[in-house]
Amino acid sequence: MHDDKTASPYEPALKHHFDDLGQQHEAAMLGMWLFLGTELLFFGGLFTAYMLYRVWYPETFGAASRTLDITLGAVNTMVLITSSLTMALAVHAAATDERRKLMAFLAATMVLGAVFLGIKGIEYHHKFVEHHIPGFGFQFEGPAPERANLFFSLYFAMTGLHALHMIIGLGIMTVMLIMAWRGRFSARWHTPIEISGLYWHFVDIVWIFLFPLLYLVDRHR
Amino acid sequence: MEHVIVPRSTYYTIFAVLVVMTGVTTGVAFFDLGLANPVIALSIAVFKASLVVLFFMHLKYRSRLTWVVAGAAVFWLGILLVLILSDYTTRGWAWF
Repeated sequence: MHDDKTASPYEPALKHHFDDLGQQHEAAMLGMWLFLGTELLFFGGLFTAYMLYRVWYPETFGAASRTLDITLGAVNTMVLITSSLTMALAVHAAATDERRKLMAFLAATMVLGAVFLGIKGIEYHHKFVEHHIPGFGFQFEGPAPERANLFFSLYFAMTGLHALHMIIGLGIMTVMLIMAWRGRFSARWHTPIEISGLYWHFVDIVWIFLFPLLYLVDRHR
Repeated sequence: MEHVIVPRSTYYTIFAVLVVMTGVTTGVAFFDLGLANPVIALSIAVFKASLVVLFFMHLKYRSRLTWVVAGAAVFWLGILLVLILSDYTTRGWAWF
């Protein structure tokens, strides 16, 4: 079966245990989707806890949610969506063998990711000033501060885990940028760019759910 | 199945829809619609996430096997959410 190696051209990116680049790419992509499935359930535990307490304590969760800055939250959502666009365009540039464009879009994605983290830092600072960080002299002006404490615990756990994923994403993009700069990718083989893209979009999706759940709860009162 | 090149115009269209929907979900949150508020907010989030998964993450163009993996992950998340909520919300002891 593998005797006719001479029939296919030499591919430096092809690992010996795969028949061809197509099969190797398919396996790598499927593996990434499986990993993202575990990530979904990893975040899912926190989402479940949030939903549960939100159903139990709707008034306090509404009051605590209204202390968050909806403008910064909405702006950050836009920033992250834009970074997903630049990431998609980076994958496109890799597939069409445009190295300079690939590097530019990767850099743009990283800049937008950094802007997101910066805005998140400003929000965390507001919470620090308002004594809304659980465990640091927590104060809440409402009838049930211990329930508000629960909201902010979940707020920091969920946005914190999301921010950690963003930081890891920036690290991955740095590696991708270096690899692109060294000319490692081609139209035939750029699987790492595609896999990094999947990761980046997944982190974007987590925020797409965090924004309405954390910022838009009972905003109308 | 190796590399599907999605036209750039598709990405721009999806991006525009995502931006508009973010504006819509933020705006709607300021109106008191009762129980419809969380339903609308989460429906828009699911819609936005579906667009990202289908087009930015290329699921639309990928193999059936990838669909099964992605679907299974969402299904398991559904089990986690639905079974836990149906249990805890019907116990009648909503205290710490």
